[in-house]
Amino acid sequence: MNDTATDYRVVIGLEVHVQLKTQTKLFCRCSTRFGQPPNTQVCPVCLGLPGALPVLNAHAIELACRAGAALNCELADSTKWDRKNYFYPDLPKGYQTSQYDLPICAGGHVDIPIAPSVHPSGSENVVKRIRLVRAHLEEDAGKSMHDEHSGRADSKIDLNRAGTPLLEIVSEPDLSCAEEAKTYLSELRLLMVYLGVSDGNMQEGSLRADANVNLHFVRDGKTIATPIVEVKNLNSFRSVERAIDFEVARQASEFLRTGLAKGQAPKQTRGWNDALGQTELQREKEEEADYRYFPCPDLVPVRLTSLQKQTANEQSTATPTHYRDLLIHEHELKSNDAEILIQQGKSVVEYFLHCIRAGANAKRVAVWMLQDVLRTLNDRSIGIELYPVSPTRMAELLTAIEQGKVDTSQAKQALAKLIDEPNLSVDAAIESLGIVRVDASEIESLCKELLAENTDVIDKVRAGNTKAVAALVGQAKKRNRNADPRLVQETCLKLIEQMQ
Amino acid sequence: MNSTPKILTLNSLGQQLRSGALSSRRLIENQLDQVHRSNASINAIVSIDSDRALAQADYWDRQIASGQSIPALAGIPISVKDNLCSKTGVTTCGSRMLRDFRSPYDAHVVERLESSGAILFGKTNLDEFAMGGSTETSVFGPSRNPWDLQRTCGGSSGGSAAAVAAGLVPASLGTDTGGSIRQPAAFCGVCGLKPTYGRVSRWGLISYASSLDTAGVFAQSVEDIALVLQAIAGHDPRDSTSLPHDVPDYLAAVHQEPSIQGTRIGVIRDQIESPGLDPQVRSSLLEAIEAYRKLGAQIVDVQMPHSKYSIATYYIIAPCEASSNLARYDGVHYGFRSSAKTASTLDRMIEQTRSEGFGPEVQRRILLGTYALSAGYYDAYYLQALKVRRLIRQDYDDAFAKVDVLLGPTTPQPAFRLGEKINDPIQLYLQDLFTVGANLAGIPALSIPTAPGPDGLPIGMQLQAPVLAEAKLLSIAAAYHRATEYQPKLPAAFEDPTS
Repeated sequence: MNDTATDYRVVIGLEVHVQLKTQTKLFCRCSTRFGQPPNTQVCPVCLGLPGALPVLNAHAIELACRAGAALNCELADSTKWDRKNYFYPDLPKGYQTSQYDLPICAGGHVDIPIAPSVHPSGSENVVKRIRLVRAHLEEDAGKSMHDEHSGRADSKIDLNRAGTPLLEIVSEPDLSCAEEAKTYLSELRLLMVYLGVSDGNMQEGSLRADANVNLHFVRDGKTIATPIVEVKNLNSFRSVERAIDFEVARQASEFLRTGLAKGQAPKQTRGWNDALGQTELQREKEEEADYRYFPCPDLVPVRLTSLQKQTANEQSTATPTHYRDLLIHEHELKSNDAEILIQQGKSVVEYFLHCIRAGANAKRVAVWMLQDVLRTLNDRSIGIELYPVSPTRMAELLTAIEQGKVDTSQAKQALAKLIDEPNLSVDAAIESLGIVRVDASEIESLCKELLAENTDVIDKVRAGNTKAVAALVGQAKKRNRNADPRLVQETCLKLIEQMQ
Repeated sequence: MNSTPKILTLNSLGQQLRSGALSSRRLIENQLDQVHRSNASINAIVSIDSDRALAQADYWDRQIASGQSIPALAGIPISVKDNLCSKTGVTTCGSRMLRDFRSPYDAHVVERLESSGAILFGKTNLDEFAMGGSTETSVFGPSRNPWDLQRTCGGSSGGSAAAVAAGLVPASLGTDTGGSIRQPAAFCGVCGLKPTYGRVSRWGLISYASSLDTAGVFAQSVEDIALVLQAIAGHDPRDSTSLPHDVPDYLAAVHQEPSIQGTRIGVIRDQIESPGLDPQVRSSLLEAIEAYRKLGAQIVDVQMPHSKYSIATYYIIAPCEASSNLARYDGVHYGFRSSAKTASTLDRMIEQTRSEGFGPEVQRRILLGTYALSAGYYDAYYLQALKVRRLIRQDYDDAFAKVDVLLGPTTPQPAFRLGEKINDPIQLYLQDLFTVGANLAGIPALSIPTAPGPDGLPIGMQLQAPVLAEAKLLSIAAAYHRATEYQPKLPAAFEDPTS
């Protein structure tokens, strides 16, 4: 029976922990900076010392609201803090301050772009709506480090990260394959980075996902769900994709072997082992762990004012979706080109838009950015902020092409010059290359000369082939290297017309 | 020059220090002698840094000699309950778990005392993590009542009450979660104030039950209570539950001669007529009511229909919060860690540490709270308790719509004998019957001595007032002491032989 292998649907929900870009921790004033020596960014509060009390960081609320507004969530009028009680060495208070039944953001959705290969219609810009359950704020735990090299288990704990604000975004199980899950995570990351909610740095753990995965088999017209497995500790796009693919295959063969459906086998928590490329059983329990949530008596409920919500709405408009729309529909970029710019980040897109506002042609800016600017950024491993040529200068240079002051290859030389000497004006850069604007009368006499020598071109043009004048450009450049090819062609055509 | 008064009151000490009649060094030396003489019998103070106290005394003596203006409590020794963090010495909470714990920071109240010039004069004994009403659960053993060494000084702030009652210090700080200041004050014959929840910052107060814990004051007189409250009250941004309201002049409120005429004093009949109330306590209280009536107060009967649920409510909410607040003591980061061989895995180490580090009463409350917060029980216990807490608050709101203060007994009887109740937790919990209401409602409450019983044991009267009405509470209490010409006195055995 071969139908067994493929007659299931994959059901995935993601819980994504986004580290918020605050200067200080959620409930104390310790720095959130990454990569500092262990236990140097700690105080009585985040160490959980006796008598220490938490004080809410208002900026975390602002960022959570902004994220919630962009995720189309309903922002709570009133939200509160609950303690999630469990013992773990990197949890110094013996509880995590989180939000249980009144999260700051409820509901919501994210529209993710679907690749044509996934979507049968094959049309561009197809999106799939992923519904959200909620998004809530909580504090991060510390890090346990186990060093077993010395032969004895030597565990160390770094509490620099303890108390860092996280926004946990919980999706409905609307994702139907590993690639979709990856796209969702990537879109979520892009959104958070665009809004300044998170730095989105995956290597530093600013985005961490847990995936809930199971399969829905169809048997005799009935749907049978396999037990839900929670896969923890997915810290990269690649691991999300690989772990889910592994888990889908594992669950499919498990089901075919045992036939156990959801409710017939305990719920598993599995960890992703990136080195071995497999998920490994961490915990198997008949029932949910009892965290004994209750409202934190050391903190007061948070009321969100209409002004706060309004501000969040205003600050959440600059989304990737917004820019996609602008680039594709207003500036008529191809969606692939637009997407490359979008993925580079908001400041790259803003550079593009700045050039256009400064008068440059959108398509020309796009071509130059995709080819020249991004290559330079890549070669030098720098962000657009450090790109030496300002968008105003860039626009000026591209307009010079437009106006026939320089041709494309001259403009590229001028750009190289500007990159080396950012203080140079565009005109000075052009002049320094020995490019001199040739007077129109000079061009006209040059063209007359050329036409007289190449009467066949005149014939061809008269026969309707206006492109034939292009043949004269090379000769014109030989006689005057500053002759603008476009101007040469235009002048020749005009002269031929006048001859009639 | 340099005599010490028989009765230590802040006010008289302050005058003597300012006038030069007494030096702070002389005062501190005298009190250190007293500690050496008396502490062994009452076990009120568990640690003291004499050198630091003397150095501070010398500092204030120099300030006074140079004619500098000095803060209100300059040069005066004040002791602090050992669940309030101090950088000086250890902060033990009366527990094996924190027996060697040194806090890297001072509690807000310790900072405020010191910035008011007070000299930190010893950490006082308490029931382990403030859980208990007799100091018998302390790892240091019980403190004893200076009026009768066979009896308890009450708890949990028993050491603070005993230290003041025995004349070791003129004032002491305690904490009150269900009566832990007022009950020992009543037992030891001193004044004890639990301020409004949020009036005094909890920063550095080691949490037992966060929504109930309140730092407060013991002293020999209502006036002295006002002086110390003035120093420690006020907003603190480090405590999210701290109230931002301005601090009134409490001393002025005590000093003004208020017209008690027309003041409405509510008496909770059920409390006065309670069959469990000791007759000596009842008659002492009726005398006090009569005194107020003579002053022109209007005595109003008040019903508190939900007060009968207050003990049950308290003993759900407090253990629930405690079970979470005490989770941090796991032997991983600081404090006691079991060295038992069985503690080989992490989970076993945590279990063993908590089994050895906490005493039976603390373990009992952690278990109670853990149970009550568990899935399936939360609604029936914790949530229900929160609802009743709201009803109890409503009772107080209704009462304070009719009266200015409420008057009643602080405890059902005078100090009981040590060992009498320690094996009967329910009996011990019922000691809190009259006091827990103020914690559940967050209102200020004060216990002051009334006429002692025939056997000479102190008796306390509790006055309760609306939220932030400490000034009114203190002024009404002071009026009673003025009218009855109350004079604090030390038990004979603790009178200073040198004076």
